[in-house]
Amino acid sequence: MITKRIIPCLDVRDGRVVKGVNFQGLSDVSSPVELAKYYSDSGADELVFYDITASAEGRRLFTDVLTRVAERVFIPLTVGGGINTLEDFDRVLKCGADKVSVNSGAIRDPALVGKAAKRYGDQCVVISADVKRVNGRFTVFARGGRDDTGLEAIEWVKRCVGEGAGEVVLNSIDTDGVRGGFDLEMLRAVSEAVDVPVIASGGAGSVRDFVTLFKTLPRVDAGLAASILHFGEVTVRDIKTALRDEGVNVRL
Amino acid sequence: MTGIIDYGVGNLFSLRSSLAMIGEDCAVTGAPEELRSFSRLILPGVGAFGDAADKLRATGLFDAVREYAATGRPLLGICLGMQLLFDKSLEYGEHEGLGLIPGEVTPIERDIAPGLKIPHIGWNALSFKKSSPIFRDLRDGEFVYFVHSYHATGCGPYVSAVTDYGGTLTAAAERENVYGCQFHPEKSGETGLKILRAFCKLEG
Repeated sequence: MITKRIIPCLDVRDGRVVKGVNFQGLSDVSSPVELAKYYSDSGADELVFYDITASAEGRRLFTDVLTRVAERVFIPLTVGGGINTLEDFDRVLKCGADKVSVNSGAIRDPALVGKAAKRYGDQCVVISADVKRVNGRFTVFARGGRDDTGLEAIEWVKRCVGEGAGEVVLNSIDTDGVRGGFDLEMLRAVSEAVDVPVIASGGAGSVRDFVTLFKTLPRVDAGLAASILHFGEVTVRDIKTALRDEGVNVRL
Repeated sequence: MTGIIDYGVGNLFSLRSSLAMIGEDCAVTGAPEELRSFSRLILPGVGAFGDAADKLRATGLFDAVREYAATGRPLLGICLGMQLLFDKSLEYGEHEGLGLIPGEVTPIERDIAPGLKIPHIGWNALSFKKSSPIFRDLRDGEFVYFVHSYHATGCGPYVSAVTDYGGTLTAAAERENVYGCQFHPEKSGETGLKILRAFCKLEG
């Protein structure tokens, strides 16, 4: 049977991995190529690279890094950050990405998801949504959590899936970086609304949080993690061993 | 030297990198007349069957691949490239395939429990139906990475591996020198590299 996926997420700026707490106070962690190889060897099922660079020079460094990772690491690679046009899809796919994740780019141009799915296939297009509760309503934020779009999250995700997005990454701004567990309420709402894979993001603080995630929400397909893994307190193998012991199917 | 057939369908970066990683010389080619110069060929592909078959025909590769297979040299189809090896596909209509392995490509929906997500995306375990030279370094139950909504059916004697997704799906098939993997060996970590390494040792 298909396994639940554990996906380390690497935020990359100017060719280096960083991880912020609630998107602020970024701190340098390590080299993306080294980390990618390490994670692949330790059982990561997939890797996500978010390019959080603003400059053209940083973007060039990012594609260089991506190419070097894709030459050495043979598990699925998803790229996000700075994806606004079909040319951006092309740029990262040529450097070895398998899937491309769109966030603010889809909010700016709602036709982007559909156009990309038609050209590269649904399996290639991931909709990533940064969601925060505003007056009790799940609301989509753009530009790395800075701009309130006013869009209701469930409707937004359903619309993107309808246009051809093949997977959904749901990042809860409310739990991101807090490391107190995934946002189960938000994830439940989204995973019940769509029939494509849903990847949980934001809040993983312990091995237990992954067990709780998959035991509580069997419709969630994968869990994303950054700081918990980058600092080496917990390994992918630790997470998977705990999941297997609890009867959750994993690749181990 | 291993040839990777480029007919404008899908991303060849990972396949080239993974062959480089195992130390196999390879070249990408889209020219039908060049195929015969390779000791073995890989037919990759993602997307829709009908479009891909049309592209193979438009470029003259359709007949060239069939002729190559008839020489007895090893041919490996991956994902959509595997599906193209069969007689036909029922994806958006009915389309004729290369006819190198008997069988047809049908929606996985027909063979799995209702309520499961389609496509079948992620890592799933291989269960071998017979011994295959390309899986000789694998143990039963090793995991590989799948992304697909269709699979080969009606090809019973040629199935070399299956996987369980709320029903049995064809994961790999082979007939003599023609091999197909529904999953992506170039995305399946060390297990995938073992498969590619074994394939690259085959001689026609």
